[in-house]
Amino acid sequence: MPVVMDAERISRALTRIAHEILEHNRGLSNLSLVGVRSRGVPIAQRIADDLRKISGEDISVGALDITLYRDDIMGASAGIKPLVRKTEIPFSIDGRTIVLVDDVLYTGRTTRAALDALTDFGRPKSIQLVALVDRGHRELPIKADYVGKNVPTSRQESVQVKLRELDGVDEVVLQGKE
Amino acid sequence: MDVAAQTPAAPPLTALRHKHLLGIADLSAEEIVLILDTAEAMKEVGRRTIKKVPTLRGRTVINLFFEPSTRTRTSFEIAEKRLSADTLNVAIASSSVVKGETLVDTAMNLEAMSPSMIVLRHASSGACHLLSRICKAAIVNAGDGMHEHPTQALLDAFTIRERKGRLKGLKIAIVGDLLHSRVLRSNVLLLTKLGAEVWVCAPATLIPPGMQQMGVRVTTKVEEAVEGADVIMMLRIQLERMQGGYFPSLREYFTTFGMTEARVKRAKPDAIIMHPGPINRGVEIASEVADGSASVILDQVANGVAVRMAVLYLLAGGTDDETVA
Repeated sequence: MPVVMDAERISRALTRIAHEILEHNRGLSNLSLVGVRSRGVPIAQRIADDLRKISGEDISVGALDITLYRDDIMGASAGIKPLVRKTEIPFSIDGRTIVLVDDVLYTGRTTRAALDALTDFGRPKSIQLVALVDRGHRELPIKADYVGKNVPTSRQESVQVKLRELDGVDEVVLQGKE
Repeated sequence: MDVAAQTPAAPPLTALRHKHLLGIADLSAEEIVLILDTAEAMKEVGRRTIKKVPTLRGRTVINLFFEPSTRTRTSFEIAEKRLSADTLNVAIASSSVVKGETLVDTAMNLEAMSPSMIVLRHASSGACHLLSRICKAAIVNAGDGMHEHPTQALLDAFTIRERKGRLKGLKIAIVGDLLHSRVLRSNVLLLTKLGAEVWVCAPATLIPPGMQQMGVRVTTKVEEAVEGADVIMMLRIQLERMQGGYFPSLREYFTTFGMTEARVKRAKPDAIIMHPGPINRGVEIASEVADGSASVILDQVANGVAVRMAVLYLLAGGTDDETVA
């Protein structure tokens, strides 16, 4: 069970991403972060903390639940339905630059659902994408603007992101499936 | 708003064990909590500018109502539409039932058009169980005879939990026509499963036999029922069923059992007043109480949509031949 990122590497990657967001957008005016539940939310919070430290400006963070927009739950067996949680975006996204934050970018289907969910709340000026881990195997034309680490994988493997806030530990683990 | 405040571990249960929602009797406490938690997320959808999510796109839901209903039917219809289901309403007055078609024949014909779900209200207890045995579609009980009205009990529980933060240990007084009430049965089953202390109160003629066996305290003194209560839940005096001479007059009923401000004062200062509607002002409840600051009657209606969205979402999906547990 190889650890592909430890706490320090995760922290450095997120700080680098914060710098890249600042550089790419030439500042933070009119920019907000939205984390995709569940693990995108604490990652978005940490990037926001880094952005505050670097720029001194405050930045708003929202949480997006995409369950009701997924394309794979209604055909599946009734036993594996994911829990629906609240979407909490305490600001208007109209005309803002929204940085969507997720833990793992894989097929791109989660991101597709997140884009649909987000655009139901308004019309952002632009949407950018952060992924802590990009593991490849895209099934849709979606690409991340900011990547913590590219991890080459096979489809048989799975990538587990564990975060202090939810799992008590910061690490990214690559698991092979037998 | 603190978006980081999340529950740390994923809860063990994320789906219902049954394909249909026929009554609270079939649900475990854990399943009830799952429905209430899901309803909280659904309530957020109702606060958006665009109150619609694509979850049930392409699914057909038939609202089959053999009894008059405004609240429940519109509530189900709005819930279905907010989940993007295709909905259609079959009302008894315009259906073949008036030409003598039986419930089973009506259902089989609707079934032939492959709906995903049928929401059924019927005057006979057990009508939903009957359809669940012959239909592939998931059956949602919207009230069957004097048996159950599960979504009403779920929205009542949701409203209580929203106001009080919990159900366990609360004293809940249910006052009114216990004999004819499916709302009572569903509520008693649900509230006792979640650990509330339930008191029921009615004239002796309107107390069904076997009430004590349901784990509730029974009294004919309304003052005793509401004393120190956290929640006062009124039930409608079903005027259409009052031909049996259960009490001398509506006026006497109001004098003895009606919820007046004086009686509400015996409950806790922060007690809430509930009623499943439609209310009879001046019969079971005084207008000042129904419209007062402690009344959550309209919150119940609003929460009904979120709770029904949760039920529809949790019952949708799965393959047709899947008979779970």
